[in-house]
Amino acid sequence: MSTVESAGVVDTVGRAQATPDEPQPFAELGLREDEYQRIRDVLGRRPTQAELAMYSIMWSEHCSYKSSRVHFSQFAEKSPKTDRLLAGIGQNAGVVRVSDDLAVSFKVESHNHPSFVEPHQGAATGIGGIVRDILAMGARPVAVMDPLRFGEASHPDTARVLPGVVAGISQYGNSLGLPNIGGEVVFDPCYQGNPLVNALCVGVLPVSRLQNMAASGVGNVVVLLGAKTGRDGIGGVSVLASATFGDDAGAARPSVQVGDPFIEKLLIESCLEMYDAGLITGIQDLGGAGLTCALSETAAAAGLGMRVALERVPLREASMLPHEILASESQERMLLIVEPSKLDEVLAVARKWGVLATAIGEVMPPAADTGPRLIVDWHGATVVDCPPGSLADDGPVYRRPMRPPADRDLVAVDRAETLPRPADAEELKATLLRMAGSPNLCDKTWVTEQYDRYVRGNTVLAQPEDAGVIRLSEESGLGIALSTDGNGRYAKLDPYAGAQLALAEAYRNVAVTGANPIAITNCLNFGSPEDPEVMWSFGEAVRGLADGSAALGIPVTGGNVSFYNQTGMVPIHPTPVVGVLGVLDDVSRRLSSGFANDGDRILLLGETRPELSGSEWAWQEHRHLGGTPPEVNLVAEQALASVLRRAAEVELFSGAHDLSDGGLAQALLESVLRHGVGARVRLPDGLDDFVWLFSESTARAIVTVPRGHEAAVRALCEENDVPWQPLGIVDSKMDGLDVDGLFSVSVEEMREAWQPTLPALFDRSATPAT
Amino acid sequence: MTRVVVDVMLKPEILDPQGEAVVNALPRLGAGQVASVRIGKRIELEFTEGTDEKVMREQATEIADKLLANPVIEDFTVRLPDASEAEPTA
Repeated sequence: MSTVESAGVVDTVGRAQATPDEPQPFAELGLREDEYQRIRDVLGRRPTQAELAMYSIMWSEHCSYKSSRVHFSQFAEKSPKTDRLLAGIGQNAGVVRVSDDLAVSFKVESHNHPSFVEPHQGAATGIGGIVRDILAMGARPVAVMDPLRFGEASHPDTARVLPGVVAGISQYGNSLGLPNIGGEVVFDPCYQGNPLVNALCVGVLPVSRLQNMAASGVGNVVVLLGAKTGRDGIGGVSVLASATFGDDAGAARPSVQVGDPFIEKLLIESCLEMYDAGLITGIQDLGGAGLTCALSETAAAAGLGMRVALERVPLREASMLPHEILASESQERMLLIVEPSKLDEVLAVARKWGVLATAIGEVMPPAADTGPRLIVDWHGATVVDCPPGSLADDGPVYRRPMRPPADRDLVAVDRAETLPRPADAEELKATLLRMAGSPNLCDKTWVTEQYDRYVRGNTVLAQPEDAGVIRLSEESGLGIALSTDGNGRYAKLDPYAGAQLALAEAYRNVAVTGANPIAITNCLNFGSPEDPEVMWSFGEAVRGLADGSAALGIPVTGGNVSFYNQTGMVPIHPTPVVGVLGVLDDVSRRLSSGFANDGDRILLLGETRPELSGSEWAWQEHRHLGGTPPEVNLVAEQALASVLRRAAEVELFSGAHDLSDGGLAQALLESVLRHGVGARVRLPDGLDDFVWLFSESTARAIVTVPRGHEAAVRALCEENDVPWQPLGIVDSKMDGLDVDGLFSVSVEEMREAWQPTLPALFDRSATPAT
Repeated sequence: MTRVVVDVMLKPEILDPQGEAVVNALPRLGAGQVASVRIGKRIELEFTEGTDEKVMREQATEIADKLLANPVIEDFTVRLPDASEAEPTA
């Protein structure tokens, strides 16, 4: 703490003018010397304590996107134009139209660092934050999803982090009454000191209810809605999100936030009632960077000024100082811009729901000489007086140096295709069972059963299906499908292809439900942007995603960047997580995975090639990571999606399942175990049996076709140029899976391999077998 | 004396949703003058008779730090109750 505050003096603008040379702790707040000088230039004096806190937060990597921003213009340039897109990049969350009168808002965000420090509360507040982003667009949140990545499954610290994260997600999400319809659980040693906890939320709104963040209308009232402000996560954004954890993460013990989902629920209901009554001019959620971010972004978006009386903010601790109130990350708060004539109604709605609402300021016209100003008073003295745009929009922008990894060529020639393979049928069977029990491919029920998947009564599909499906309209059956995917190993081998492979997989997962993919969101998890190799991989991933979006003809609607995911000097694998949203005109015609009907033909759609580099097999069986990842073919993905969509519409398929990690072997195993119905298959000719079973070639799915539809399916595939192979037949008399001429594996054998992995690792209540 | 008492409280800057719920309910009981409620937990550790006081303190502190409290969001105190503090009403 500076000498000013320890002396109990509030650092006002007047005082800053009078003491221009007072030393300020800008470096400790994460600002560089030249950045500090720029602040002095903007203000024409030294910043006050409160201003310094605000600039340090808003100009941090987390808020300003100062390293990533130069790459994002690609999304705007390459993204296909569509009249579905109602709100895109730069808004709180993307919004896409799904019918004449309904729109959907969705976004994925990271809460990696807080979830490592305090897994339970970190993950819980991650849900709270993304839910408020969706709420701020005018939408009612209807579901969440969580892509999670942890270190080695057997590592003791994973046993600390994973159960806490899962419990935090379920505690907050279940209390809010939101179904958790999918996500991922991935283990890799690269995430040991830096797990990734990403959270996605999706919400629904009538098109006419779309909200925006601009604090427009001079004279309008600025209202703070929700929980009291306390000393939660002060500086959490700049300190927590921008610093790297050393070996002794416990020593820093930063102040983490604790959320209250029941207050959030009241916040949701009160905001929705205010939207429907037309009471709100502008709205912004308070997330990382709290009031600082909300005040400056709403004012900057409108190009107007704002004057706030900070002492009116309801506090949990009376002794809080202005800069602490401005930086606080207390949860469950929203900032509203309200016309004066509607203020009483707004306060009445808040009172009805038992939520605090306080008028704290007013929208001001731009000053004649200095333009719009954000002025914050503290008991009559001015502690902040700056242009809001300088905080929100004019932060530093860096074109960081980029360099491909030095060992890139060596890694590329170290191909997994040359690794020793299972020698005979017996070994193939053993490999299938070992892989099924591996942490990345095993049954994830232990995690997903802790989440409420069916609350609200509109969940059509949830884990373990390929995508989550939610019904939006009971009358028409209109629904949406959502999937998130990412493969850090692929992105490590080739970040451009890795981003496209994540996109392709999410797209395919949505398509196998029969849905039409229409929009993309993303969460880009990377190491330090100051490392040129990390920055290169980031640039490649953004380029890959932007090109992929253009090729598939669906826009990137928004996203989030999380840098500094590393331990010491070692970054995580580049991990672009991509979410794809699809629309289903009638959810009763969606496709689900799993063998069910006796006599259905099993077909393999798409082309299989010997592609094993970066595969789950190479990693699981050989701890090998090298070569080049499977070929991306977005034209083939589109063709496959067309076949699936058309077949779902006219009910040609009884089921469909995407092929990805673990290849055909894993897909067959999951399809048998889904309902315990067996199948007899025969691997086609042309390739090695092992390649058929374990290759991870993209743009593939297995589908089941009821008898009598074969000719129609064949014609549909030919029409769309989708290669197909007959694989076999669903056979309820078969116990498990029979692979003709190779091996048979019973349901019991598969279950015993697939199911016990996670409970054995993480279930503390499990009693040892006697 | 073989008892050590560990008191665990959320750190002052951390939100206590349980305490907030209680303080919001108090006006309905006519206790509207209560401005703030913080809820923690008290743990009583009984050591075997004759354990050295210093050992009890050290072990209780270690137990509290590693198991009873979450030091990221909670503070704890360890004390040996004096004679005036009543024995448990078992």
